[in-house]
Amino acid sequence: MIERKDVEHVARLTRLALTEAELERMREQLNSILAHLDTLRAVDTEGVPPTSHAVDVVNVMREDEVEPCLSQDAMLANAPDRSGEFFRVPRIIEE
Amino acid sequence: MTAPAPYDVVIGLEVHAQLLTRSKMFCGCPTTFGARPNSQTCPVCQGMPGVLPVVNRRAVEFGIRTALALGCRVNEACRFARKHYYYPDMPKNYQISQYEEPLAEDGVLEIDIDGGPRAIGIQRLHLEEDVGKLLHEGTLETAQASLVDFNRSGVPLMETVSRPELRSPEEAAAYLRAFRAVVVFLGVCDGNMEEGSLRCDANVSLRPRGSARLGTKVEIKNLNSFRNVQRALEFEVRRQAQALDAGERIVQETRLWEADRAYTRSMRSKEYAHDYRYFPEPDLVPLQIDRRWVEEIRTGLPELPRAWRRRVVAQYGLPPYDAEVLTQSRALADYYEAALREWEPAAAAAGDRPKMVSNWIMSELLRVLPGDDERAIQSSPIPPRHLAGLLRLIEDGTISGKIAKDVFQKMFASGEAAPTIVGREGLTQVADEAALSQIIASVMAANPKAIEDFKRGRTAAAKALVGQVMKATGGKANPALVNRLLEDKLSQT
Amino acid sequence: MHRPIHELTDAYRRGDLTPTAVAETYLARIDALDGRVGAYLTVVREQALAAARESELRWRAGAPLGPLDGAPVALKDVLCTVGVRTTCGSKMLESFVPPYDATTVERLRAAGAVILGKTNMDEFAMGSSTEHSAFHPTRNPWDLTRVPGGSSGGSAAAVAGALAAGAFGSDTGGSIRQPAAFCGVVGLKPTYGRVSRYGLIALASSLDQIGPFAQDVTDAALLLGAVAGHDRRDSTSIQAPVPDYSAELRKGIAGLTLGLPDEYFIDGMDPDVERAVRGAIEVLKGLGARIERVSLPTTKHSLAAYYVILPAEASSNLARYDGVKFGLRVPGRDLVEMESRTRAVGFGAEVKRRIMLGTYALSAGYYDAYYGKAQSVRTLVRREFAAAFARVDLIVAPTTPNVAFKHGEKEDPLSMYLNDVFTIPGNLAGIPGVSVPCGFGATGLPIGLQLLGRPLDEARVLRAAYAYEQATSWRSRRPDLA
Repeated sequence: MIERKDVEHVARLTRLALTEAELERMREQLNSILAHLDTLRAVDTEGVPPTSHAVDVVNVMREDEVEPCLSQDAMLANAPDRSGEFFRVPRIIEE
Repeated sequence: MTAPAPYDVVIGLEVHAQLLTRSKMFCGCPTTFGARPNSQTCPVCQGMPGVLPVVNRRAVEFGIRTALALGCRVNEACRFARKHYYYPDMPKNYQISQYEEPLAEDGVLEIDIDGGPRAIGIQRLHLEEDVGKLLHEGTLETAQASLVDFNRSGVPLMETVSRPELRSPEEAAAYLRAFRAVVVFLGVCDGNMEEGSLRCDANVSLRPRGSARLGTKVEIKNLNSFRNVQRALEFEVRRQAQALDAGERIVQETRLWEADRAYTRSMRSKEYAHDYRYFPEPDLVPLQIDRRWVEEIRTGLPELPRAWRRRVVAQYGLPPYDAEVLTQSRALADYYEAALREWEPAAAAAGDRPKMVSNWIMSELLRVLPGDDERAIQSSPIPPRHLAGLLRLIEDGTISGKIAKDVFQKMFASGEAAPTIVGREGLTQVADEAALSQIIASVMAANPKAIEDFKRGRTAAAKALVGQVMKATGGKANPALVNRLLEDKLSQT
Repeated sequence: MHRPIHELTDAYRRGDLTPTAVAETYLARIDALDGRVGAYLTVVREQALAAARESELRWRAGAPLGPLDGAPVALKDVLCTVGVRTTCGSKMLESFVPPYDATTVERLRAAGAVILGKTNMDEFAMGSSTEHSAFHPTRNPWDLTRVPGGSSGGSAAAVAGALAAGAFGSDTGGSIRQPAAFCGVVGLKPTYGRVSRYGLIALASSLDQIGPFAQDVTDAALLLGAVAGHDRRDSTSIQAPVPDYSAELRKGIAGLTLGLPDEYFIDGMDPDVERAVRGAIEVLKGLGARIERVSLPTTKHSLAAYYVILPAEASSNLARYDGVKFGLRVPGRDLVEMESRTRAVGFGAEVKRRIMLGTYALSAGYYDAYYGKAQSVRTLVRREFAAAFARVDLIVAPTTPNVAFKHGEKEDPLSMYLNDVFTIPGNLAGIPGVSVPCGFGATGLPIGLQLLGRPLDEARVLRAAYAYEQATSWRSRRPDLA
């Protein structure tokens, strides 16, 4: 069961500003979805390793070679707030 | 610093070393320091939509090399994991790191402290990507905005976590020094703490003396030099001791060392901020480390600094301080031995020779070279055999030590060998007793007042006379001989 | 005029048609009709015509780049296209212009394809109806009051409505196969790792694959062949060589064994769908295939496993959308406020829901119970398919339990998720699957037949689809948009 404070905590972790109404609706919907997902508990997975990759590939590495970068302008072109050669962000308050 | 009674101090260090690869951990952008902001980035290291990482093989190689040098077990398989937290210098708001299956584990680093050598356990060594740089318009507290530069984002980092076996701030500093020496020696990191290529966080806790249970640990960040590591830890140990004495509880938190104000400040980050939500990185496949590759790397390991120092001290009778300086880099250590062997093929503790080579390297060569790293040493206009040649000329009296310093400068400027320069410029020392006696006699005759002063007890006057003799010989007189002859003559007056 | 790509290129070769004329025709059709369908988000008219002109020069010189030279295709707006805005169906990326092409896009350009534009999709590929696009819904060309499926609804509708000759989409839990079924076209999800994901805006990294929509199986083979193959920029991409899919198409299916899974005929399925699929199975038998029952018992848990894994990986992949470097930024007094408001405004309700779910599943204390558990269930699903494929060559099943539903009909998230119950297992196992038209329901809406194969066995999957297609004439029926 997800409580209201759990929803708030998760929303903070993932940087989502939810309104009161949204928090409540989210709580309900998450609970109903989780109830469905809890059916997984019934599956016997004793000794069954998790799949983190659906493909049996290992050891993919690249040689240590420099490749051309994109220009400053190309990289900054999508910046919502560009300050010269930098990305600018509002002040950072430590929690 | 001894631990404040009645407490034992428990310290663990996490060291992050930027690896000297040409390109970044997961993309081909260059890693060079000091480029214009955001000019060494690509969609991958900026975390643009749709991009994917690809592992840099050399970073893995450097990690294995370091792991072997530290006596770690290189795991058969390792994986990357995502570590989630929000900060604007982290493009994806997760860092690709390693969690449950790191590259290597269970090593040891030996440190030398006053009480003798100690072996400090190393828990794990893993690879991850560095984050970008933040600049604040003002200080972090007062800035209205911050600026982000992603050049550093994606540079390979090797994180090493020690076991909490360091028992004092002094030991912690020694550990960091020893660690730095190893990674610099291996050529995997340049060890530059000012530029941030070597960074350190500490975990400190206190416990009642003799207790087995660990106290609450506090993380200390922003330790950017050996000195600051020691100072910060000394402060923190005192702070915790005072708090415990007063019956207060130590809060588990992260504190920043403020070097200017000499104190640690709470970052007030609450525990939930550290829910990193690790899971295996789905965009990267597991690495199964081939044992033959590991053995190849092991075979290529150089003699490590500590072993080198021990050998050189034992074999050549060199003072430990000199050995320490010479192991600043592998290139420098190699240069030393090469120069010594040129001079003394048997390379045993043959009198003054090992110390002379060391002196000249420390006080003359290091002064003129742009650095002590491989490139600087290899591009030195004075190769080891030339240094040996110069020292030979001093030893056999062909030139004086003073003249040798001039010759050294000329050798550096021209790349020529000492005998060539000495021969061409007629710098051969005057050691002919008869000739010198005559010169001394005329100098004495020309300076009666100095002789008077000397007789009245002013020994400086004799030095002035020596100076005159040296001047008269164009600096080429053998100083020891001049002193002896002058002393004889003065005592006869 | 609605000809498959392979007929268009035949016409180019004979000189009966030119790439520019064809491109112009498609662009005119988009102008006239897409207002009603809403398949496209961005049409790149000038670029398309320029590419068509270049193609024409090559055809005239007798030197076409290959079987896709001059083919007008549409790309789901989840694929990065250099210099052309790529929105992923979201306000968050409404203004994002990638400085690079996805590998798939590079390969299509290198093959001479004429890219007409970017198609509509459920926001960040989360959805099964394209109703969750932040911009507008797409409508099913067969019945404009109904959904085309999702999340690649725009691409499916474009091909079905003759607004592109072929298209590409992405499939994470059925987002190619399900809309293909709903729109009566061919849709293929390749083996995981067969097509590079570099430049595919990620939803669930361990499940996503790019694949083609086509008017017929021959075209699907051509489109797949142009983009499949190893990419050094994608560590999960497979090295194995790419076969000539077209060469294998006509081999027929006599002697092949097809598995019919017990678990894919469920209560509550649309009876028209069941009837059509069973009819298709009879056709396959008539073509010489043997049918055997197989059992995939963990199928009933696939939905739950998927709805843990997907949100978990998606919540991670979408963490980067924070208003700092690209996309939407909503101002705030400080960084955290800016990021939280940006994400609140930039993401729609379904995306937020899945991000919250995924973050929860990965958070401290819940990892083993949810993500860890789901990944183990996933292993069971893979093993069951592997065991089945030891006995059969292909698995045959319905693509969806239903036909296209009406807009607004499936408000409840859980009921929406049930659309993908037959397609999700294929993603969990990473195996290739195709949906090919196999009939129509009573309401005149298309029904899809799904064929699933062993990893890297796209050739056999396509060959069976081709055999079935050629023995029937479903593809000759088209929706009447005009």
